[in-house]
Amino acid sequence: MTPQRADLLVPTLADGNPLGTPGEHKHHTKKPARLTLASVLEALPLAVRKLAPRQMVHSPVMFTVLAGAVLCTAICIVRPTFFGIAVTAWLWLTVLFGTLSEAIAEGRGKAQADSLRASRQGVIAHRRLDDGSTVDVAGTDLTKGDLVVCEAGDTIPSDGEIIEGLASVDESTITGESAPVIRESGGDRSSVTGGTRVLSDRIVIRITAEPGQTFIDRMIRLVEGAVRQRTPNEIALNVLLVSLTIVFVLVTMALAPFAALAGATPSPIVLVALLVCLIPTTIGALVPAIGIAGMDRLVQHNVLATSGRAVETAGDITTLLLDKTGTITYGNRRAVNFLAAEGTGKETLIRIARLSSLADATPEGRSIIDLAAEQGITSPSLEELQRTTDGFDVAEFSATTRMSGLDLDGQMIRKGAGSAVTAFVKEFGGSVPPEIDGYVQAISAQGGTPLLVARIDPAVHDGARARVLGVIHLADVVKPGMRDRFTELRRMGIRTVMITGDNPVTASAIAAEAGVDDYLAEATPEDKLAVIKKEQDAGRLVAMTGDGTNDAPALAAADVGVAMNSGTPAAKEAANMVDLDSDPTKLINIVGIGKQLLITRGSLTTFSVANDVAKYFAIVPALFTATFPGLGLLNIMGLSTPASAILSAVIFNALIIIALVPLALKGVRYRAVSAQQALARNLLIYGLGGLIAPFIGIKIIDLFISLIPGIG
Amino acid sequence: MNTFLGYLRQAGTAVRFLALATLVLGLLYPISVFGLGQVLAPAQANGSILKDPAGHPAASALIAQTSADDQGAQDPKWFHARPSAVKWDPASSSASNLGPNDPNLTKNIEAARKTVAAAEGTDPARVPADAVTASGSGLDPSISVAYARLQVPRVAAAHRLSDGDLLALIQRNTTSGLEAFLGQPSVNVTTLNLDLAAR
Amino acid sequence: MTFNTVSFLVQVGVLILALALLHKPLGVYMTGVFTGTTNARPERLFYRLAGVDADADQKWSIYLRSVLVFSAVSILVVFGLQRLQGVLPGNNGLAGVDPWVAMNTAISFVTNTNWQTYVPEATVGIVVQMCLLAVQNFLSAAVGVVVVLALIRGITRTRTDRLGNFWVDLARTSFRLLLPLAVLAAVTMVLGGVVQNFWATDVVNQATGVQQSIPGGPVASQEAIKILGTNGGGYFNANSAHPFENPSVFISLFQVFLLLLIPSALPYTYGRMVGDQRQGYTIAAVMGTLWLASTVLMGWGVAAAQGSATAAAGGLGEGFEQRFGGAPSAIYAAATTLTSTGAVNVAHDSLPPLAGGTAMLNMMLGEVAPGGTGSGLYGMLILAIIAVFIAGLMVGRTPEFLGKRIGPREMKLAAMYILVTPALVLALTGLTVLVPEQVANAPSSGPHKFSEILYAFTSGANNNGSAFGGITTSGPYLSALLGVAMLLGRFLPIVLVLALAGSLAQQRRIPQSSGTVPTHGWLFGSLLLAVTVILTALSYFPALALGPLAEGLIR
Repeated sequence: MTPQRADLLVPTLADGNPLGTPGEHKHHTKKPARLTLASVLEALPLAVRKLAPRQMVHSPVMFTVLAGAVLCTAICIVRPTFFGIAVTAWLWLTVLFGTLSEAIAEGRGKAQADSLRASRQGVIAHRRLDDGSTVDVAGTDLTKGDLVVCEAGDTIPSDGEIIEGLASVDESTITGESAPVIRESGGDRSSVTGGTRVLSDRIVIRITAEPGQTFIDRMIRLVEGAVRQRTPNEIALNVLLVSLTIVFVLVTMALAPFAALAGATPSPIVLVALLVCLIPTTIGALVPAIGIAGMDRLVQHNVLATSGRAVETAGDITTLLLDKTGTITYGNRRAVNFLAAEGTGKETLIRIARLSSLADATPEGRSIIDLAAEQGITSPSLEELQRTTDGFDVAEFSATTRMSGLDLDGQMIRKGAGSAVTAFVKEFGGSVPPEIDGYVQAISAQGGTPLLVARIDPAVHDGARARVLGVIHLADVVKPGMRDRFTELRRMGIRTVMITGDNPVTASAIAAEAGVDDYLAEATPEDKLAVIKKEQDAGRLVAMTGDGTNDAPALAAADVGVAMNSGTPAAKEAANMVDLDSDPTKLINIVGIGKQLLITRGSLTTFSVANDVAKYFAIVPALFTATFPGLGLLNIMGLSTPASAILSAVIFNALIIIALVPLALKGVRYRAVSAQQALARNLLIYGLGGLIAPFIGIKIIDLFISLIPGIG
Repeated sequence: MNTFLGYLRQAGTAVRFLALATLVLGLLYPISVFGLGQVLAPAQANGSILKDPAGHPAASALIAQTSADDQGAQDPKWFHARPSAVKWDPASSSASNLGPNDPNLTKNIEAARKTVAAAEGTDPARVPADAVTASGSGLDPSISVAYARLQVPRVAAAHRLSDGDLLALIQRNTTSGLEAFLGQPSVNVTTLNLDLAAR
Repeated sequence: MTFNTVSFLVQVGVLILALALLHKPLGVYMTGVFTGTTNARPERLFYRLAGVDADADQKWSIYLRSVLVFSAVSILVVFGLQRLQGVLPGNNGLAGVDPWVAMNTAISFVTNTNWQTYVPEATVGIVVQMCLLAVQNFLSAAVGVVVVLALIRGITRTRTDRLGNFWVDLARTSFRLLLPLAVLAAVTMVLGGVVQNFWATDVVNQATGVQQSIPGGPVASQEAIKILGTNGGGYFNANSAHPFENPSVFISLFQVFLLLLIPSALPYTYGRMVGDQRQGYTIAAVMGTLWLASTVLMGWGVAAAQGSATAAAGGLGEGFEQRFGGAPSAIYAAATTLTSTGAVNVAHDSLPPLAGGTAMLNMMLGEVAPGGTGSGLYGMLILAIIAVFIAGLMVGRTPEFLGKRIGPREMKLAAMYILVTPALVLALTGLTVLVPEQVANAPSSGPHKFSEILYAFTSGANNNGSAFGGITTSGPYLSALLGVAMLLGRFLPIVLVLALAGSLAQQRRIPQSSGTVPTHGWLFGSLLLAVTVILTALSYFPALALGPLAEGLIR
């Protein structure tokens, strides 16, 4: 079976976009799993398993709570009191809520991972031996360098590179997009991903990943949280949290002798309660979940990252290198105008130009037909032409002629680059009208591409036999909304640099139209690398996308390199992220995801620390009012009894973890605003809110608790 | 070994630096200020010493001076200074350093209140706070105007002067203007008693 | 004793005005001192004699080693010569100082704490005061300044491991900055009545028969640098309550001005050196806000005149000097505890409980509002780094401070910095209250007893030096423990600050953009204020509740 021609042509070949419309990119955002009771219950066993001290020790804050809970349990066994048991129970719940949040996050990641993994289960690979014969082996046994044959219907067993053949591949298992894409040997679309399915043809693949080291394998481990390496920011935050924990351990430990001096020795349970309330448990409990959820969000955007660090770095990016084609402009030039030569009617030009493109399946050709249709000329179609004429020959574009068109009724209709068409017309004794030169120059100055339209009519015997009828103005069309997007980025402090192979004149015209901060014209891969180095030397962090093998050095040098999934294995290897949708604009979303991760962490830290104020005001008067009645003035919440005050603070402290799990998983809402605005907003919500919320929360809990006899 | 030598070399530098700095900051500087003081304001620089009519140094205008017995009871003939934790001896200086809720302090204050009320022959409730509280230095030369006025009848009787004469003396020895606004109106007992003796 | 609210507000206003007028010229002058490249002839001579290579640019570790070696040598010299006082000239007949007291005093003056476990009149003669203690008043203040200078260089320099030359910085700060200001201040003080001679004067009041030996000494010269360098060790036991140290309300106000002068001008210098004046003003505004709030709180605490003994006296009086009264005492008490000075013009032990509590709270803030000379600014910059870390996360950017990334290493150093003093205060106070014999050194009863111990360690670890003076700390246990508090409270932070400076200097600068959290402006200022209060002072809330709050909150 040969691939349907339509299948081959519909995808925009330039960027591997599997969608029909050239240059249109749709993000296949998978819906995040809803947080349901079922998912919570499902996570419970894992949460309990995570209580093992060996695991807890990674989170010093929660380990402290665990140690406190164990201590209180021991005390309760020796000397059980209702208050002691209640506090101890809530301490255990505090620890459990912490592990539960992590377990829930991992559970959602696991769901993602399972669907990724499912595609790989039980795949049988046809491994080609040196003698050309094939043997069937398990897909997981393949090692780097093995050659595998895949035919229509086969699942590609592992990541690899096509070395022979061409095939349409269904990548829906990883991208969620059902339209097939074309993969072929050589060039920049030779790479295939394990778990995708060959729909047509036969290809030979060289495996490029060791078993268990494929991109999907690595991603599975990341979303499952199995190999969660701490990112620098996470380490720094942890340092702060640990030092706060140490301070508060000292505060509570010193409080025992202090209070003893006053004859008001608090019970150890109360001291542990105070400690747990003061140390930053909220953020301490939610840090792992926030990290896992960040990776998860990335997967939902169909981006695979090799490390959590890359995601965070994405949030720090200050310079985006964006390829013009496909990112800033539609992947291809489009016809925007017809300019007729003197003595040629505009309608004639359009008609001829249309004919020249009728058999041209390239996006440029189609855009000419579209433009003609816009101007009212919609016929003849190719079929009509076939019916009404004696037949015609298609002159396909080739590197030597640099023209395309039709031979019809003895006439030769061509369109093409200026020099090619000029030479062609002169060969037939024709000439180029002088105004054409002016048109060409004007179009070039605007950053457009002029296509000359010519007709050789043997029936005519004078000078008009071979003549240039006019010019088609092809222009790079900047995608709508790009300018706003760049303005938004600028507000966030991100510079955009447009990379293009165009000449400087064209490049600057498009750069101005799109509103990028800078551009690099006539860019070679070496130039890209140089730009990255230059930006980095100025202290900036650079992100870029790429797909070709010659992009690999730049992708590796960039702080965040996003390879298109359609790209070569070399590009993917060099990058630290792979976009399964092969959508270069995704970079902007990735930056947002990175920022959101940090924002969530920072906001919850602020919230957690700000909570302490209220907890002090709940617990300190409760501890000492019996000895120093005046300290009752500090009980500004009017909590009913000391026991109720302490218990309320502990309960609030535990419940707030659970209450914030959805936020930790979803991430704090991120807006493209300046740092100043973002800070003002988040300080107001999480700083001031963190100051006030516990006063209200503890009071409400106290109102309930005080109904319990023996406490209230 | 290198590190050790580095430390040693720096220690040598430190010793020399310290010695030279001491020459400048520990000798040259205070001696220069001394010289400037002796030229610009010798009276203040030497302790604001006041002389009696005979020209002998009699007191420092800044230091409390009161005649008191070994028990700390002040001579009824003269205006009394505030209680002192160092018995008005300028060879030392100190506050009582008793806390605001200290029961011993309360006891001291109540005793002082009784003593002052008895000495002035007045209602204990009229005794002002400065009369019953030890000053921060123990050498505070000043008292409140109220306490000075409270002492007028006793001192007037002892010196056979009219209350009016004494009130005028007090007025002369009371801070005024900006000084009284920034601080509070205060009567310098040391100078007041010297003025009294000079009459 | 009255508390005149109008007078209080006027004096606060005068201080603000004076500092507002002078911070800029002094800040500019200091920038010149710190960034100057040429040495005057006497300075070259000085460097040659001291064996200093004035052109050497030191790595952070060498800079730190210089600080530590110089301080260690200073401690040994001050300790040793006190012990030898008996055989030194100018000892006023006083013998060698008790070893525990000498050790405590040496540490105290070298660490800029100036905690005085000794009674000066009975312990140290003119030479020890002048050539040991006053010299350390200069040098310890200068050490604080050079450390913040190194930190600022760490911020401004890029991709280098060099932070400058400790010896040159120390000499310049001492001789070009502190010395001229001290001469001006000392002469002003002499004019205002502060003594400056070398002899006592015997006086005899013929009428009353009172004989007194009026003490003398180089008081004005020592007082000037004691205040200017935020040292606080008095020439006399009563410190700035003594009429010869602080003869009038004018000098008292002048001293408060001098206390605040260098610490409040340094932010301007900082702004100039980092090339963005807004940075300096934001830091100054945060310091100023804390100072103002604390001063008002102190004023309120004094004016409230709480306490049963106070009530028995019918108002303020115990520990106050009549010539000052309520307002100047409150202003002084706030400034001295906010600047790590510890000079006092009123006996803090006798302050009404909430005023005494405010004094403690001020020190617990970590001496950053405006703090000691140099140490206040570096303390505040550390807090700014913590604030910018939180702020950076909140806007989704790896935090950076003035173009330098705050990574795990920087955070480790900053977090340890804020850990040091609370750890020292809480652990050492906790240890001490466990030992009944040591608790007995605090003579009070009830919560005030605890306050006296808490105050001592708070003052020691924060290098303040003021005291709830009732406590006796001259015994071996408390001398040594306070020595540890002062030593670690001073040099651990310095180690961390210089390490941080070294690590910042090595980075390249990240250009600022609208995505960078601005470290200036009211928003960051408010955050910094909140971080300062919540992360430092709040740790002491339970301790304060058992001391001053238990004593002062009555219902």
